[in-house]
Amino acid sequence: MKTENNFFKKLFAKNYRSRTISFLIIIVGYIAVEALMMSGNLSSMFQSLLVPVTCYIVAAIGLNLNVGVSGELNLGQAGFMCIGAFSGVCVSGALAPFISNGIVRLLLAIIVGAALAALFGMIIGIPVLKLQGDYLAIVTLAFGEIIKSLINNMYIGFDSEGFQFSFVENKLHLGPGGKALISGPMGATGTERISTFMIGVLLILAALFIVYNLMYSRSGRAIMACRDNRIAAESVGIHVANTKMLAFVVSASLAGAAGALYGLNYSTLVPSKFGFNLSILILVYVVLGGLGNMTGTIISTIVLVLLPELLRGLADYRMIIYAVILIITMILTNNDTFKGWIAKLKNSLSFKKQPKEAEAHE
Amino acid sequence: MKFEKLLKGGLAALMAVSMAACSGGNSGTTETTTTTDGGETTTETTAGAGAFKLGGSGPLSGGAAVYGNAVKNAAELAVAEINAKGGAIQFELNMQDDEHDAEKAVNAYNALKDWGMQVSLCTVTSAPGAAVAPLYQEDQTFAITPSGSSLAVIFADADNQTGEYGNVFQMCFTDPNQGVASADYLSAHKDLGTKVAVIYKNDDNYSTGIYNKFVSEAKEKGLEIVYAGTFAGEDNDFNVQLTKAKEEGAEILFLPIYYQPASTILKQANDMDYKPVVFGVDGMDGILSMEGFDTSLAEGVYLLTPFSADASDDLTKNFVKNYQDKYGEIPNQFAADAYDAVYAIAQALEAAGCTNDMSNADICSALCKQFTSMTFNGLTGTDVTWNPKGEVSKAPKAVIIENGVYVGVED
Repeated sequence: MKTENNFFKKLFAKNYRSRTISFLIIIVGYIAVEALMMSGNLSSMFQSLLVPVTCYIVAAIGLNLNVGVSGELNLGQAGFMCIGAFSGVCVSGALAPFISNGIVRLLLAIIVGAALAALFGMIIGIPVLKLQGDYLAIVTLAFGEIIKSLINNMYIGFDSEGFQFSFVENKLHLGPGGKALISGPMGATGTERISTFMIGVLLILAALFIVYNLMYSRSGRAIMACRDNRIAAESVGIHVANTKMLAFVVSASLAGAAGALYGLNYSTLVPSKFGFNLSILILVYVVLGGLGNMTGTIISTIVLVLLPELLRGLADYRMIIYAVILIITMILTNNDTFKGWIAKLKNSLSFKKQPKEAEAHE
Repeated sequence: MKFEKLLKGGLAALMAVSMAACSGGNSGTTETTTTTDGGETTTETTAGAGAFKLGGSGPLSGGAAVYGNAVKNAAELAVAEINAKGGAIQFELNMQDDEHDAEKAVNAYNALKDWGMQVSLCTVTSAPGAAVAPLYQEDQTFAITPSGSSLAVIFADADNQTGEYGNVFQMCFTDPNQGVASADYLSAHKDLGTKVAVIYKNDDNYSTGIYNKFVSEAKEKGLEIVYAGTFAGEDNDFNVQLTKAKEEGAEILFLPIYYQPASTILKQANDMDYKPVVFGVDGMDGILSMEGFDTSLAEGVYLLTPFSADASDDLTKNFVKNYQDKYGEIPNQFAADAYDAVYAIAQALEAAGCTNDMSNADICSALCKQFTSMTFNGLTGTDVTWNPKGEVSKAPKAVIIENGVYVGVED
């Protein structure tokens, strides 16, 4: 009995409360959605939004680690998603004749997507993270565009004799039964849709697990120290470049995993989807949710992905209203008066006595 | 004290639950909003009980909105005309925005499904079309795309042209067909020249699709491709490509691209005093009505198009007049294809004797049977037929621009 109490106490202790809430939101949300789906109360439109929402949440959690916790601006999250998506589609397509189980292929695709994105993250990070200033933002911005252009000109296919690759012009000569995995600007077509909501939720839980454990660990504290004061961090012997690299690579690999899940959710995937706009969109999810605040990121992603769809009924005005809501939210959440109201509300509701009690207890 | 800690934990958990319930609750309520809103947006074209629910999606906002709105307007026009006639077939139209994005197109498809769509105009553009086509097949809802010209819209395996969806049809030519038709025309008219330079947009599957097919066909037909230049995105300087084409002595400049970059190319070619025979495809249509473009530059440009707004037959004249009265602009080929697609659906529904209380699958199989056996006469062609794979067969018309109007070229 006592251990159980301690367990709960620890879960909701000041430092760990946000972690517990993040996990609870995802788990309870998942159960609620499944219940709605089973009772047939979830419209087709919402069912089609489930997987993309999980993808964006994973990518946004990753970006928040990089932007919020590590304090390095990354404008190329879509580029990493792009790598994950196309490598994931290739893996799934190439393994289709050998592994018929979709879930196994999906998991393999996610692993490969995450690994490749991490590799590219490392390649970029090695030179750039040694510099001080906003160089990472510029380089990742360029990186996203480069990846998009590369895949736009890439032709990959395979037949019974193995893989074929060509660049700029389509020179694939596929034998019978051959399949083009990526064909230039047409991207990947005819992809088998194997992504499921459950895997998406598991991926979010894995992402949360990784990010929170990293944040609460020695390395995580080092990452935050580098963000807050680089010189002080160096003076106590932290290798700043390597520390930032850890956050950046984890962030990139989460984006890669999210991309693989995303790519395998649609029968077609074009590289132009992963442009600068998508990177900014994910950054908006992160900034609106709060830098370093994973729970906020999850909620803001869900709201912002659903919003344009909920506004469909407004037809021509929907994108205007979406933009207006976004701007208002951004202004309000940074408004001191408004913040004061929220704080008051919070105090008067549930946590009124809490600080005193907690002090007394300890 | 321990109790209070527990209470605190419980409260936090409760908050989380209520938050999650909020998002869950949202999903429940929106179902009703979508349906009522669906009704609202379609009131102008509603024909009362007994109407077929005709859905479709296209880019109504964003960079490709020109095409989506052309299709939406023309479809509205066709539906209004059909409903006004008061025949057995009546429509209720619902065009959703897909922002030329596969993900949004899937969302739009599902919104339409919730609305109760029975027949569909699929999507306006190719990539979104390829994303929703398998969904149409799964749910057995009949779809015909006015302008989604990629093979991936009708085939699951576009490279081998196998795995056709069977219930997704096209009103426009496929991209490769345009490449073949262009190569055929040029090889049959060698007096225009045999040295060809191509400038195409290599991040666009429409342009690349036509180019790839054109190259392989041209080689077999004795045309020499002396230069192939590319551009991407919003590039608007083509001097490098044009200089190279001029150096290589190209007599024909093949432009499988849309009219906006083509207009810039024409201007820059003129500036450097390079005057090849310019040959375009259906994307070139619209160049004459482009704002701020000196149409004298387009004199002598050949293009393959299924539709020209200057044609003198009654059908085209009426359509152009009505469209202009209602929307204040000259319709392009996207509009014409959409108008034809709606009329083709109406013709097939009537011939099959479908009623709107039939299930989607029944309507779908009846329409598939009709489409593969009927011939259709419309704006974009006469004696139009479809094969069971969903490909359209109609003759592309080659026209040349003379004195600012399209003039048909006789073979």
